[in-house]
Amino acid sequence: MKHVRVRAALAATSALVLAGCSLAGGGDGGTTAAESSTSPGEPGGTVVLATHESFHLPEKLVKAFEEESGYTLEVRAAGDAGTLATKLSLTADNPIADAAFGIDNTFASRPLDEGAFAELTSSVTPPAEYALPEGGDRLTPIDSASVCVNVDTSWFDAEGLAPPRTLADLTDPAYADLLVTPGASTSSPGMAFLLATVAEYGDDWPDYWSDLMANGAKIVDGWEDAYYGDFTAAAKNGTRPIVVSYDSSPAFTVKGGRTTTAALLDTCFRQVEYAGVLAGAENPQGAQALVDWLLSDEVQSALPESMYVFPVMPGATIPDDWATFAPQPTDPYEVSPEEISADREQWLTEWTDVISR
Amino acid sequence: MRRIAGLLLLAAGPVLVLGVLFVLPVAGMVSEGFVADGRFAPGAVLDVLARPRVHRVAWFTVWTSGVATLVAVGLGVPAAFVLHRLAVPGRTVVRAALLVPFVLPTVVVGVAFRQLLGEGGPLGFLGLDGTPVAIVCGLVFFNVAVVIRTVGVAWESLDPRPGQAAAALGASPRQVLRTVTLPALRPAIVGAASIVFLFCATAFGIVLTLGGVRYSSVETEIYLLTTTIFDLRAAAALSVLQIVVVVGLLAVAARLRATPDPTALRAVTPVRTVRRGDLPALALTLLVLAAMLLPIATLVLGSLSVGDGWGLDNYRALTTAGDGQALLVPVTTALVTSLRTAVDATWMALLIGVSVSVIVTRRSHSAAERRVRSTLDGFFMLPLGVSAVTLGFGFLITLDQPPLDLRDSPLLVPMAQALVALPLVVRTLTPVLGGIDDRQRQAAASLGASAWRTLLTVDLPVVWKPMLAASGFAFAASLGEFGATSFLARDTSPTLPVVIFRLIGHPGEMNYGMALAASVVLAVATAVVMIAVERLRVPGVGAF
Repeated sequence: MKHVRVRAALAATSALVLAGCSLAGGGDGGTTAAESSTSPGEPGGTVVLATHESFHLPEKLVKAFEEESGYTLEVRAAGDAGTLATKLSLTADNPIADAAFGIDNTFASRPLDEGAFAELTSSVTPPAEYALPEGGDRLTPIDSASVCVNVDTSWFDAEGLAPPRTLADLTDPAYADLLVTPGASTSSPGMAFLLATVAEYGDDWPDYWSDLMANGAKIVDGWEDAYYGDFTAAAKNGTRPIVVSYDSSPAFTVKGGRTTTAALLDTCFRQVEYAGVLAGAENPQGAQALVDWLLSDEVQSALPESMYVFPVMPGATIPDDWATFAPQPTDPYEVSPEEISADREQWLTEWTDVISR
Repeated sequence: MRRIAGLLLLAAGPVLVLGVLFVLPVAGMVSEGFVADGRFAPGAVLDVLARPRVHRVAWFTVWTSGVATLVAVGLGVPAAFVLHRLAVPGRTVVRAALLVPFVLPTVVVGVAFRQLLGEGGPLGFLGLDGTPVAIVCGLVFFNVAVVIRTVGVAWESLDPRPGQAAAALGASPRQVLRTVTLPALRPAIVGAASIVFLFCATAFGIVLTLGGVRYSSVETEIYLLTTTIFDLRAAAALSVLQIVVVVGLLAVAARLRATPDPTALRAVTPVRTVRRGDLPALALTLLVLAAMLLPIATLVLGSLSVGDGWGLDNYRALTTAGDGQALLVPVTTALVTSLRTAVDATWMALLIGVSVSVIVTRRSHSAAERRVRSTLDGFFMLPLGVSAVTLGFGFLITLDQPPLDLRDSPLLVPMAQALVALPLVVRTLTPVLGGIDDRQRQAAASLGASAWRTLLTVDLPVVWKPMLAASGFAFAASLGEFGATSFLARDTSPTLPVVIFRLIGHPGEMNYGMALAASVVLAVATAVVMIAVERLRVPGVGAF
């Protein structure tokens, strides 16, 4: 009997201790954002941004936005761009947020078709070259990043071999077993690379991929596998000096005033990320203010350091390393969002067949 | 009939929780695929199941998971014996360490495996990178701990006397093992094997990372169909296929688990010294340990490597937000969030898990009652076998209206993690609870003990230790959970695995090292918690 009492006391004590650690008991874990939202028509309150997991902006900028506009910003970032697009499409009638950022040109048509976005009333107009051919009134471009083939220039220097320059070069036996790329079915840069080959070779792209595979191309799951797992300039035991990465990547391999890698600017596909106000948002004014803020010079200039992407507004400044070591492609490959949306499944099926052979 | 009604009433609470958090979302998402243009059209979904690609994907999932389960059981059962029944020095620490792989983020382990098996790695000569063999190795690496722990706990509370009697009557050790010990352990082994199979069949990251995108499992296919291709019909078809297969599997497992003469000892059997006959098992355990240590060692070495030398810089950086401010919160803050979330997930999983275990193991008085109990048992295993993608999107579209507007609740993440941990708790507790002789409870009751008193004096002393093991298990599962968490985590309070994923997804020399260092911190935190739980032995328990 005594034991029972001792144990009961012990259990009670540990329960109290645990309650202290719990999220529910801690107090600061929970927020009551939904309740503090104000009714439409009246400025202020909370504005909720749905975005993908790569979203990030400096705390200082967010504070400044909240002070100037009177809104409280709540960011809900989870999943990749495809997940975000699916979420927004599925919840088009009862949106999970007020605004969304991070839908790119490869995924834009799906949520647009589902009616997830409301018309924008922006006072700011980004350059026309980034605008969507259809749905430009609902989604505004925020940033761009091009997916390009990157080469480890120091590896090629050491080998005394001239690095490749074009997509066609990659099937040259001189570069056999040197390329690693993330898969198109599992990674967004992988998909962009597939689109670049579709844009270059048209309906013959599966032949190009057969040649690429015959030349020893290696396909891995994600960008991080390719870059940190196989690329000679970044991986410990890397064996592949050619990798599919971004145009900005060379700015991150700077040693002693020069970069050891280069992006091949003739192999690029440009991804543009868009933002918009969600249809049926609880706080549409706040959402519009948020979208305008994303286009402000302060945020645009912070994009490279925070999210590794280039700003779209001409007034933004970019870091010195980027200006010096990460030139952007002038004439990237293009495939229209409608075409991507219509043919994505067929391309991916064919692509999987080609690489599984 | 009255008994069944009473039983259902008791089970109503847990069933309701699972109904809201699991059945409703999955049904909601699956029905998105069944409804085309506002009309119910199941024909189109069934057409999907005739696609050759679907057959290929389903077969690949079944065979890799089957082989991985067999290997995990083959390695795990001897190791469970060595680590739970023999007086091996340091076994507490080893047992805790074995749970480490269970919590490591797949993306990090994937990279660690690939550094070993890849073209330039020390094991590159084996040519395993991107093959199904690598996938199976990865699956075993993550799941062997489940077998060791579930079977080991049951082995500890196994009555050694029948085996001793058999030996006294002239049975060789091998005969004792085959005719006495293994049959008695069957519920635990089958239970562990079914959990491992479900974990393998729904594995996501490991299939993609180690298979080099060439191989698709049902889970990766559902992800691709839902998020990239937006073919909800095909995704629904695969989800339904998955559910049907899982239910079938659980039915078979329930049949295999049933044992005519369960025996559980009220006290934990003392460990015995190592004998010559134990050497094969001991050698196998060492092999398992070595195989587990290799990828972990790669990780630790990677976290200590700085530029061309060695140092602790990656660890020092954990209090910062990373290279180029890759993170919103420092890793240390994320660790605290992880631990607090895990506390919540653990008590939720224990609360539901203990009541479910008690309900399903009580003695049945009729065949109908037994069927109800075993159906309930299987029902609570379902969350492990159903796609996290389907569940995650289902949350968004079904739990969005009052009174069930849960999608913004801070408790959503621990709830989702508790669902994942629940089967672990149930499978650890039921073999032990099922082994209690019901006559003990009857005796207690006839001596005037109340239902509570009976529970405290008959059941609790036996399940005390397994309950600790189960809570440790649930805690670890929560700490390492990534799939559901990354889908639901709020940006202001990410858990450690989510932060690690972010770090590894950003370029920057420091970020990769930091991701490795953070993984080591996660592993150490898990091991420390596990050791603490193992030490929590209340003196006098079992000696009533």
